[in-house]
Amino acid sequence: MRVCDRLPQKYTVEIVIENKPAARDPEGETVMRDLAHKSGYTNIKSIRTGKILRLNLEASSEIEAKDTVIRMVNELRIYNPVAHVYRVEIKD
Amino acid sequence: MNTEIKIGVIRFPGSNCDLDTVYVLRNVLGVSADLVWHKDKLEGFDGIILPGGFAYGDALRAGIIAAYSPVILEVKTLAREGVPIAGICNGFQVLIEAGLLPGALLPNDGLKFICKWINLRIEHSDTAFTNIEKKGGLWKLPIAHGEGKYFADKTILKDLYENNQIVFLYVNDEGEPTEDANPNGSFDSIAGICNLERNVLGLMPHPERGSEKTLSPFRTDHGNRFFQSMIEYIRKGVA
Repeated sequence: MRVCDRLPQKYTVEIVIENKPAARDPEGETVMRDLAHKSGYTNIKSIRTGKILRLNLEASSEIEAKDTVIRMVNELRIYNPVAHVYRVEIKD
Repeated sequence: MNTEIKIGVIRFPGSNCDLDTVYVLRNVLGVSADLVWHKDKLEGFDGIILPGGFAYGDALRAGIIAAYSPVILEVKTLAREGVPIAGICNGFQVLIEAGLLPGALLPNDGLKFICKWINLRIEHSDTAFTNIEKKGGLWKLPIAHGEGKYFADKTILKDLYENNQIVFLYVNDEGEPTEDANPNGSFDSIAGICNLERNVLGLMPHPERGSEKTLSPFRTDHGNRFFQSMIEYIRKGVA
């Protein structure tokens, strides 16, 4: 079967949004200082929190699924490029 | 009275300072003011206010979903035409997310929703919302926000300084922008900025809540000067 003949498949894609390194993450700092370190996990050197969006979508290929999500992230400013970084991952 | 001047106050699902703003414009400033639903047309207004609140429940991040409302396209057109446009608190967040003002507003450093009176220093008096105030003037106004930490990268900050776009700073009683006087961790104590043309301005404090002496613990009505400046700006434009 050729690629273009493939029926749409279901994919799960995750968008992970984090603050840029220059933007402090007070939630992550609090978790590290007041939970991890106080509970003895002193070898943990940093914790950064973020936001995750898990999408289920139909696409003809993994590449198309990922491209669709990346296009949406940028078109709709799902992240603010001034303050955030994002990554898009296909999940099995 | 200036009833020939008409201000539009945009109402998004979740706005909650819309009625206060209309009240101040009508009853304290004596101008015409109407609420405009975010799906309706923006016609016949001399100035626009995007009020505070929690548009769309701050889903994803404050202001982003409202920034895609139909009315924002019209706001962008009016901004280009020189109409004075202010975003107060959530309205500031919407203006940022709509790309009308640069930077980002992040959760407060302390992670708490902060509701208190602060001091503001006016850095520039040549904007649509500060023109009756002198540079260095101090205002007492309340803040009430969870996502008000102004953040910008070095390039944006440099541009803001070079173009005199930083309009309001959080300061102490002596007028100094100290760390203690900065309620939310905003970069360089920035509380409000304007665009290059100086007709679009966003700020986190609430001038509509500080426009009558009876509502201020300090018997101040500095918020009034924000709206009076807008009216003055419109008058000069008309004349």
